[in-house]
Amino acid sequence: MTPAEIEALLDGPATALAAAVNAGAVPASELVERALERAARERERLGAFLALTPETARRQARDVARRVAAGEVLPLAGVPLAVKDNINVAGEPSTAGSRILAGFVSPDDATCVARLVAAGCVVVGKANCDEFGMGSSNENSAYGPVRNPWDLSRVPGGSSGGSAAAVASSAAALAIGTDTGGSVRQPAALCGLVGWKPTYGRVSRYGLIAYASSLDQAGALARSVRDAAVAFSVMAGGDERDSTSLSSRVPDVLTGLEVGCEGKRIGVLVEAGAEAGGLHEDVKASFEAAARLFSAKGATVVPISVPRVPLAIPVYYLVATAEASANLARFDGVRYGARVDAPELSSLYRKTRSQGFGAEVKRRILLGTFALSSGYMDAWYGRSMKVRALLSRDFAAAFREVDAILCPTSPEPAFRLGEKTGDPLSMYLADVFTVPASLAGLPAISVPAGFSKEGLPIGMQLIGPHDEEPLLFSLARVLEAGTHASERRPPAP
Amino acid sequence: MSLADWEPVIGLEVHAQLRTKSKAFCGCPVVFGAPPNTAVCPVCLGYPGTLPVLNREMVALALRVMTAMDCTIHERSIFARKNYFYPDLPKGYQISQYDRPLATGGGLEVSAQGRTRRVTLNRIHLEEDAGKSMHEFPWDDVPGGVSLVDLNRAGTPLVEIVTEPDIGSAEEAFDYLGKLRRLVRWVDASDGNMEEGSLRCDANVSVRRKGETRLGTKIEVKNLNSIAHVKKAIEHEFERQVEELEAGRPLRQETRLFDPGAGVTKPMRSKEEAMDYRYFQEPDLGDVVVPPDLLDEVRASMPELPAPRARRLESALGLPAADAETICSARPFADYYESAVAHHAENPKAIANWLLSDLLGRMTDADRLAGRVPLPAAHLAGLVRRIDDGTISGKIAKELLPELIASGKSPDALIDEKGMKQVSDEGPIRDAIAAIVNANPKQVETYRSGKTATFGWFVGQVMKATSGKANPAVVNRLLKEALEG
Repeated sequence: MTPAEIEALLDGPATALAAAVNAGAVPASELVERALERAARERERLGAFLALTPETARRQARDVARRVAAGEVLPLAGVPLAVKDNINVAGEPSTAGSRILAGFVSPDDATCVARLVAAGCVVVGKANCDEFGMGSSNENSAYGPVRNPWDLSRVPGGSSGGSAAAVASSAAALAIGTDTGGSVRQPAALCGLVGWKPTYGRVSRYGLIAYASSLDQAGALARSVRDAAVAFSVMAGGDERDSTSLSSRVPDVLTGLEVGCEGKRIGVLVEAGAEAGGLHEDVKASFEAAARLFSAKGATVVPISVPRVPLAIPVYYLVATAEASANLARFDGVRYGARVDAPELSSLYRKTRSQGFGAEVKRRILLGTFALSSGYMDAWYGRSMKVRALLSRDFAAAFREVDAILCPTSPEPAFRLGEKTGDPLSMYLADVFTVPASLAGLPAISVPAGFSKEGLPIGMQLIGPHDEEPLLFSLARVLEAGTHASERRPPAP
Repeated sequence: MSLADWEPVIGLEVHAQLRTKSKAFCGCPVVFGAPPNTAVCPVCLGYPGTLPVLNREMVALALRVMTAMDCTIHERSIFARKNYFYPDLPKGYQISQYDRPLATGGGLEVSAQGRTRRVTLNRIHLEEDAGKSMHEFPWDDVPGGVSLVDLNRAGTPLVEIVTEPDIGSAEEAFDYLGKLRRLVRWVDASDGNMEEGSLRCDANVSVRRKGETRLGTKIEVKNLNSIAHVKKAIEHEFERQVEELEAGRPLRQETRLFDPGAGVTKPMRSKEEAMDYRYFQEPDLGDVVVPPDLLDEVRASMPELPAPRARRLESALGLPAADAETICSARPFADYYESAVAHHAENPKAIANWLLSDLLGRMTDADRLAGRVPLPAAHLAGLVRRIDDGTISGKIAKELLPELIASGKSPDALIDEKGMKQVSDEGPIRDAIAAIVNANPKQVETYRSGKTATFGWFVGQVMKATSGKANPAVVNRLLKEALEG
């Protein structure tokens, strides 16, 4: 293979790259060096990576070469993988984008990482992210923002902004991120990628640095629906180290990937259309075009209401912050990570946490602590949990009417760096369409569906009932094939 | 006014460490006394990305305690996070149970000051232990003012057993704790060792005037490291609170620490400084589900409990209540006793007497708890049988005991070997008597003159002449014949 052919392979789908490695057409050791060069470039240019992992990558590439030579066929052989920095990779730093974890090296692989590596992936770096996954623009990383490869003055979305930028810029063929309220789907939408979150429990959380445990799920970002589906089939499955993981059989997302949408009932989310003031006109146009496309391809498209969707943001910011206030208590400077020494205990805690956490993390810890406090607990956390249950019921009712729900992933395309940093509430509204599926534990996928007049990618989201990932991937494939939006790539560096 | 006009109202919260092989939520072994921070892993150290996984053995052992205390066991219960900062709490929260514990209700019968009543429980719930913070060290290389943390204990499984404010005296509290400790050991759920910390107790004490039904201001007392300390601390708290109230100083809700050296409690924190633990459901763990068949399994595997067993020993074997209670102070000890009785069912009382006097006197407390009696049960039974069938006398038996213990030989073998078999044949005894009567005419004359009290002297002479082996009953009869002819 010529150097140009190798570069083309790295620009193409992960599955094509794996096929070439499995066929012996290109050595994994050669690919990994080119991929590491790209990762180094995008670390500089986009801020996509917090750390490169060359030693781990080369070791994994050698393993892939050995296994392929022995006749094994690996679904993701030699695929360069970016891992969000709040997901553990053995022997590599995990900062979760926070100063408080500076210097922390993870002792073991997250289960989803171990599964991807066993399937042939090569970890090229730890991707930048909003601190502990808290943010929608990647501007809350303690180590600097990430730029959107489509327009360097814009955000890539968040919190998995580095993961999205890495895959969109082809520094990696695949990335994993965590999605608590949309942190995989929204950056996928803003960077022109496919990104999914599974049914809650379908992918193990072991090795994910917890933000909000009842919402956190790992997901993948890819340049094609097929790549994303292969990643799902590898990552999904029960794990005895995660009691909340599902031990039931993993649904097969690959066999029926091309079945189309004929005969399916697709609900167009009424509450998304009602978001008149907030919905960007180009997003609105893509939304309508997507509905027309499904209709043209044989689906029955009907309006569907999930009445409590407008409550999802306030509920999310109480439930998620409440859990975060406990999950982040372990970062106390006593056992690992950064410590600011002090003559006595309470000031050691105070100084370490004051200097170690960023403003948004502190805001959420305070909000969550308040929501759980004696005297306020029932009014805030307690009521939120009740509304959360009602929202799930709304979805269950909707799924008696339709097979899947269509809505934009984000109310607008990528916004400018700094545009929303002064106004947390407007930033929180970036998640208005992604948070509902998280609260209800439903699978959802974002798929490129068009471009704004300015040439920025627009993503549409499909939400399905529990365990209906096969349906979602096949519907995403319809959008991908019908809009050709995935075929356009961002400008080369 | 005086103490007699007042009564204490006491509630106890007992933490019992469960005897699991591994910790509550990870695979680390449960150890005591290991070098600091050697029984730890990323999970119990609270490393980022780790998750707890419930140890089923913890639930199984907790169910034994709950069954033994006749609790209502809930098919579904949930874990909650109890949030507070402390260096020995790696996650910044303790996984515990809060508003939906595994068991509620239940109770334990206690006796104090001649009164027997049932202390009712509020609940028993599951939780994990914290590590240990150490502030004083035996090592020279630790600079002053430094605290160190040992996380070996972090994540050790506990049950917290909470009574209602239902205990009416320090004596009752003392008996409750003793019975509770016996029970958790009895069902093999906990070592119940307060000194090693596998059983820990906090006491909530308030006082009220007799006849009053409303509860007074609750004072929580911590740092109670033995059952005796609990009793002392309650006695002190009772007097202190009454004194305060009678002096017109109202009490404020607070937590106090017991100082065992001074025998007094000292303020630790007031209600205003009380922790807000912000309990909420632990999202990393599913519901604890106890299916009915698991509960049936636990019930089927339960031993006969100490109180009914003591009553059975009283009624079926005729033991005095106090003896039955002592025998049932520990299950291995009671098992030893009943095993001995099984070998010689004819005389359970004699076996109890031997066990509780001669043998128990040679045992430590630890021996009793472990049922480590220096004589195999079959040998104790054999010894009593040989007394009962006249082969040896009780006196000989007592003489034999040290060697029985030391040699490990069976009583029959030792009796044979030492020729200690009691002589009941009349011939040799008559010969011995004749010799003594002939050799001591003066004494015989004294006896015959009416001073029959010297009879014992003759018995002694005969026993001496027969090396103590003569059957005392036969000696008595033949000696009387010879002297009174």
